[in-house]
Amino acid sequence: MKHTISILVENHPGVLSRISGLFARRSFNIESLAVGVTDDSTISRITIVVDGNDYTVEQVEKQLNKLIDVIKLKTLTPSETISRELMLVKVSANSSDRGDIINIVKVMDAKICDITRTTMTIEASQTTENLDNMLEILKPYGIREVVRTGTIAAQKGSDTITAKK
Amino acid sequence: MMNVAQAMTKCLELEGVKDIFGYPGAAICPFYDALISSTIRHILVRHEQNAAHAASGYARATGKPAVCVATSGPGATNLITGIATAYSDSIPMVVITGQVSTELLGRDVFQEADITGSAEPFVKHSYLVKNPREIPRIFKEAFYIAGSGRPGPVLIDIPVDVQKAEIDFEYPKTVDIRGYKPSIKGHPLQIKRVAEAIKLAKKPIICAGGGVFATDAKSVLVEFAEKYDIPVVTTMMGIGCIPSKHPLHFGMLGTHGKKVANLAINESDLLILIGARVGDRAVTTPGVLEKRTKIIHIDVDPAEIGKNMDAQIPLVGDAKVILGQIIKSLDETDKHTEWIFRLNELKSQEKIVDGTDGINPKRFLQLLSSKADENCIVVGDVGQNQIWTANHFEIKKGRFVTTGGMGTMGYSVGAAIGAKTAKPKKQVFAICGDGSFQMQMMELGTICQHDIPVKIIIMKNNRLGMVRELQKNLYHNNLTAVFLDGSPNFVTIASAYGIKSKSINRLDQEEEAINEMLQCDGPYLLECVINPDEPTL
Ligand SMILES: Cc1ncc(C[n+]2csc(CCOP(=O)(O)OP(=O)(O)O)c2C)c(N)n1
Ligand SMILES: [Mg+2]
Repeated sequence: MKHTISILVENHPGVLSRISGLFARRSFNIESLAVGVTDDSTISRITIVVDGNDYTVEQVEKQLNKLIDVIKLKTLTPSETISRELMLVKVSANSSDRGDIINIVKVMDAKICDITRTTMTIEASQTTENLDNMLEILKPYGIREVVRTGTIAAQKGSDTITAKK
Repeated sequence: MMNVAQAMTKCLELEGVKDIFGYPGAAICPFYDALISSTIRHILVRHEQNAAHAASGYARATGKPAVCVATSGPGATNLITGIATAYSDSIPMVVITGQVSTELLGRDVFQEADITGSAEPFVKHSYLVKNPREIPRIFKEAFYIAGSGRPGPVLIDIPVDVQKAEIDFEYPKTVDIRGYKPSIKGHPLQIKRVAEAIKLAKKPIICAGGGVFATDAKSVLVEFAEKYDIPVVTTMMGIGCIPSKHPLHFGMLGTHGKKVANLAINESDLLILIGARVGDRAVTTPGVLEKRTKIIHIDVDPAEIGKNMDAQIPLVGDAKVILGQIIKSLDETDKHTEWIFRLNELKSQEKIVDGTDGINPKRFLQLLSSKADENCIVVGDVGQNQIWTANHFEIKKGRFVTTGGMGTMGYSVGAAIGAKTAKPKKQVFAICGDGSFQMQMMELGTICQHDIPVKIIIMKNNRLGMVRELQKNLYHNNLTAVFLDGSPNFVTIASAYGIKSKSINRLDQEEEAINEMLQCDGPYLLECVINPDEPTL
């Protein structure tokens, strides 16, 4: 089972290595990890997708909470979560394929951000599953390069995760 | 204005630090320079690992964070085993290391080692200080973090140029770390559930661990056990939290524990874990146990609850506070006479098998504890000697100190040096094997230089006895790499340091030798030559 955990941490050097080290030595599997600063420049928000059963996720949460640099964390319920991942994908595209690819891009609500005589570079912001889908569909044209950011997520509705209580 | 090195000593003084253990080098020289004009006593160990072990012994004797210091590079890496040992036993410690100059960091210069990186798995928290002005806040935080919640080592790595920088010194009065707020009080609803469970139990048992010492909950634990008539077993780290001969005490549990203690938790209908993390050496079959008995788990670290064993009633908080809360909310219950009778019956079946007229280490330790001061501190090393000490040295009002989590050979002499430095009026014993002693022999120099009169007892079986036994039982008695041929004459070694010593190998020599050791004002080394085939249990 995949679980998405949002973590607020102190924004200073070494924090990311503490967190990734913890995952490595306790044999927790990271599916993806994304970090960025929040509106408060002293705090970063990390979104980690972990693969594991309920026991693992409980342990991940508790062990993360023990890190002094971790201010707050929350495991997000899939049905109440908006999650997105950004992807850049470069596909082979000669003149005869271009029309097809443009259609796919339209259907998938993606964007073409660069084009050459032989390639097209597509930008898509979607759920991880949709991106996987899109790659599957683009495969026949020849995928040259894939760059993904890892999932970021927020709760639906007005709830937020903040450093204050 | 003062320089950071002076500020460091100032911080230590303000934290009430009287003694520190360390070893100098270029990258920590500014600190040593400032130490000259401070009130703090520095004890020069002979290997950095033992500085950490000494701080560990000191911290256990005082209950407060203790301090060790080393230089950058090899000095710092030499500390790691000691830091890891303290971490796995949850010992409060502040570790200070020198580091190469800030502008040289990351360039692999002479004696540069990434100590915050390499010690990361073994510290509660660490700092690499780049801004000199942060020193007071960091020291304040380090002592707070090390000593509160679940205690542990905190590392402060300070580049040599930072130590020389000038700052305005102001020590913060309070600490506010937004990511660190340990729970103290138990949740009232859970306290209620605990009270109900205790009322219903017919065969309750308490399993007490090192957390009882960490929270200074010894006396309230005994009060709790007596009030509800609940028998107590301990983990290795919990030994001594109730006097060995207390009628409700049934020994240490686990792979090397007492049979009665293991049977007791298996037959119980309510297991109350107090500051014990259900380590694999203590509870070998948590999966079976959690199905068989109801479990209450009291621990200050929520991550320990449910990690190794499920608990029906988890209770996060300080053991002392929580036991106090329960005592307040629950009147005396029915006595558990039948249950305790059963346990006493099992206990009475235990026997020490005597051999010939040689020294039986179990009997020797019983004799030693009967002659030692009531409040003595006994440090056990690792190996068969540790288990003999754990099971047979009777703790009255004193302490048993050992490394339960890591089982680090070479712990005892360093830790004994620390304990004796903290409590100079108490008798302090280091009990070790001939293998483990040779991992720490160099500390005899520290003992002499700083006049720290600890008593060292070596159980000499000319073997790595614990491993020998393992090979005998599980590897078809194919004994390999467990013979300690080539060991020196320990009595001669001691006398080379001017330390009084004696070797005995017969039962009839025990009494006189113990008397001589106890009457000796200075340090003493007593070698007991024992039968190499002596079993651990
Ligand atoms: C640093 C370290 N290395 C290796 C071990 C593995 N080990 C556990 S007990 C033991 C033998 C200890 O021998 P000794 O100190 O003579 O004690 P004895 O068992 O003979 O009483 C060894 C090698 C350990 N615990 N610690
Ligand atoms: Mg030995």
